[in-house]
Amino acid sequence: MSDIALTPNAFEAHHGGHEHHHDADHKPGFFARWFMSTNHKDIGTLYLIFAITAGIIGGGISGLMRAELMHPGIQFLGHWANTLNHIRGGGDVNMDQARHLWNVLVTAHGLIMVFFMVMPAMIGGFGNWFVPLMIGAPDMAFPRMNNISFWLLIPSFTLLLASPFFGGADGGAGTGWTVYAPLSTQEAGPSVDMAILSLHLAGASSILGAINFITTIFNMRAPGMTLHKMPLFVWSVLVTAFLLLLALPVLAAAITMLLTDRNFGTTFFQAEGGGDPILYQHLFWFFGHPEVYIMILPGFGMISQIIATFSKKPVFGYLGMAYAMVAIGVVGFIVWAHHMFTTGLSVNTKMYFTAATMVIAVPTGIKIFSWIATMWGGSLSFKTPMVWAMGFIFMFTVGGVTGVVLANGGVDDYMQDTYYVVAHFHYVLSLGAVFSLFAGFYYWFPKMSGRMYNEFLGHLHFWVFFIGVNVLFFPMHFLGLQGMPRRYPDYPNAFEHFNTVATVGYMIMIAGMAVFFVNLIWSLIAGKKAPDNPWGEGATTLEWTLSSPPPFHQFETLPVIDGGDSHHH
Amino acid sequence: MRFIGVKTAMLAAGLMLAGAGQAAPQAPTAPPPATAATPAATTAAPAAAVDAKATAAATANDPLLAVDGAPYMKIDPKVGQPVDGEIGLQPQVTKNGERAAWFHNGPLLYTITIISVFVLLLLLWVIFRYNRRANPVPSKTAHNTAIEVVWTLLPVVILVLLAIPSIGLLQAQFAPPPKNAITLKVTGNQWYWTYSYPDNGGFEITANLLKEKDEVAPGERARTDEDGPRLLAVDNRVVLPVGVPIRMITTSADVIHSWAMPAFWIKLDAVPGRLNETSFTIEKPGVYFGQCSELCGPKHGYMPIAVEAVPLDVYNKWVVAKGGKVAGAAEPASAPAAANASAPADANAAAPADNMTAPDNAAAGNSTGQ
Repeated sequence: MSDIALTPNAFEAHHGGHEHHHDADHKPGFFARWFMSTNHKDIGTLYLIFAITAGIIGGGISGLMRAELMHPGIQFLGHWANTLNHIRGGGDVNMDQARHLWNVLVTAHGLIMVFFMVMPAMIGGFGNWFVPLMIGAPDMAFPRMNNISFWLLIPSFTLLLASPFFGGADGGAGTGWTVYAPLSTQEAGPSVDMAILSLHLAGASSILGAINFITTIFNMRAPGMTLHKMPLFVWSVLVTAFLLLLALPVLAAAITMLLTDRNFGTTFFQAEGGGDPILYQHLFWFFGHPEVYIMILPGFGMISQIIATFSKKPVFGYLGMAYAMVAIGVVGFIVWAHHMFTTGLSVNTKMYFTAATMVIAVPTGIKIFSWIATMWGGSLSFKTPMVWAMGFIFMFTVGGVTGVVLANGGVDDYMQDTYYVVAHFHYVLSLGAVFSLFAGFYYWFPKMSGRMYNEFLGHLHFWVFFIGVNVLFFPMHFLGLQGMPRRYPDYPNAFEHFNTVATVGYMIMIAGMAVFFVNLIWSLIAGKKAPDNPWGEGATTLEWTLSSPPPFHQFETLPVIDGGDSHHH
Repeated sequence: MRFIGVKTAMLAAGLMLAGAGQAAPQAPTAPPPATAATPAATTAAPAAAVDAKATAAATANDPLLAVDGAPYMKIDPKVGQPVDGEIGLQPQVTKNGERAAWFHNGPLLYTITIISVFVLLLLLWVIFRYNRRANPVPSKTAHNTAIEVVWTLLPVVILVLLAIPSIGLLQAQFAPPPKNAITLKVTGNQWYWTYSYPDNGGFEITANLLKEKDEVAPGERARTDEDGPRLLAVDNRVVLPVGVPIRMITTSADVIHSWAMPAFWIKLDAVPGRLNETSFTIEKPGVYFGQCSELCGPKHGYMPIAVEAVPLDVYNKWVVAKGGKVAGAAEPASAPAAANASAPADANAAAPADNMTAPDNAAAGNSTGQ
């Protein structure tokens, strides 16, 4: 990777053209450019704006939840439920309707963060922006399909956000993001149907995107870029696209059956009609477990690029890294029932899913150690993306090892549905996936915007956020070990101490986010102009050969990758 | 195993029918050793067979109250419930719970701590040793087959070493309960639990959350500290014997719930249309609290679980006081009488008095309690 040689060609002409809005590129007008876009970079930007917006909403909802959970008793829920019902045109609600709002918040937070923040940012945002750039392609294979992939998310998100405003005082989908039957088939009103349709649209969007990425990566690599020379971020998106393609149809089938159970009298998941609620869980988690790798694999890819860049070294064990992701993807499809250890699985089933789940630790360990080996012997510069990437490695390790605990079916009986699980998946997602998103955002911000971010604010953001999320999520392990169940608006007084600590952690985290937004706005307005490659010799992938920001259409003459054995020294 | 087979389901259904008053004399309830030797002279007064749903405080001859009316079983604030500021597992009072807690606190916790600290130390080392100033010229090493093999195989070895006790734990958890096990059938409802005792005549009790003083209607029972902590105390605790294997069967009347008892290391979903089974033996008398652990609607957080584990003789007296029959006493000869739901109670049911003062009497003579 270090010595991918490029034919320095036409892009040189763009180097002076940082005033990209005025350069020679033929750009459509504002409406056509942003609403009918077929340009992978513009669509990537739309995805990133969308993801940041959804992140603000989803993160705001977690703020509501942390406020309510700071102390035992119901503090705010009743007021919020009344306010919401007044917006619906109703009066004050009763206590159960207020408690239902809690479940609506829990559900919305999960669905928004998974489907409308992490996935759009990783795959739609960075995937769209950088897969074509990194493989030397002018654009995605199906630009118009790319456009519809993004625009399907708008009605999808609208349906989800609107769902709490329908259905009267009992409105809102309070099913949890897993939408388990028969709770989800029991809840009356249009809210759950809206949430299901929202997932259908988001799933269709992702499937179209996955087809686009697979086609692009297989067919549009620059001459000389074999699969084994692809940057690891492209590998990660390729594996992710296959996971999306294979997992999402199963989710679509499961929630379609939910929809017909709810509206057309079928009984796929209704015991009284011969159906089985556990069947829904098998279908959901057959999608749901690959989904968690969908959310983290592109992060793995980004971390690999960043660690290599700021170590000034090629990635250690490139092939092992690439095939570890393939292995995680494959094994990710055969471990789903570890989410169902308490549903009444047989002893043999639990033994199998225990063993299979533990296997995932092996390729994950290969990745962790290979990142460290990449830094070993390197010449490290601790720019903001690197600091986030190193934070990722440690936090993802902590989240990963609690996964090894939970993998044991006999142990999981205790932790299942407690805050231990909440702590575990926030360590791998809120401190794993989100750290990798910030790492990638700072890494590519100069390339995308043409401006440098503020290094001091970037570091400040990291440290405040790092402390905040650890104070927020680490005590949840203790709450879980003491037995506190998930999805409770109120809890026995003995859980107060660490809940208060967690809420303080949330406040610290929010202060870190404020630094991020200050940095973002300041940098967009007044950031220094970014050079083509702000990161120096360590940044060897093709996007750094282009101007910052890249021309509207790049690689009109394809770059040629030399025949050298670039990854095998 | 937890997917109850058809045969088991039929048996369980039969036991449920027994709960409706049609005793199933063939129920395989071998006499528990402790009760086998103690003859007759039971104490159930028909009046003591109170409505299971009654929320009124226990009557004077409630076997769960001492003679002075104080609760028989004191709540230990450090066992069977969360403790503020504690960072570890709740103390375990079942054998499998102790085994699982050992596995967690020992091999698992050490392994994950060592791995996390190891990764942290490696990161600190590369920060210290390989920063730009300390190491201006990077190496170009991108391969080392030997170390790659090591960091692939070493985790495999660690995982195999962890898998051995893990699989053993699962085997222990799934060991079938012995024939003298007492069956507890748990039904999740929105939002309370009902418990029936198919081996004890099938009587049923309902456990609702006890609300706080400022939340109850006038005359309604409010929680007191003797009932247990806020959001954990219930009006009717499940009473179970200590030292006797319990076969627990869960199901649900509406949506999925989950019966969770941290101190027993038990969590088993209650799924409509299914009977899930597990078993445990409580080793220590006490009061233990748990909470519903599967999202089940607005009051998911308001259907707690409370188990009162008492010595077998007290349990038997409680069963009789509830109108149940003591396990192991059923004899084929008495079956016709038992089959008649309206059969009057035995003559010996007329001695309500001093059941607490003569625990050795407490036993299993009566086979026809309703």
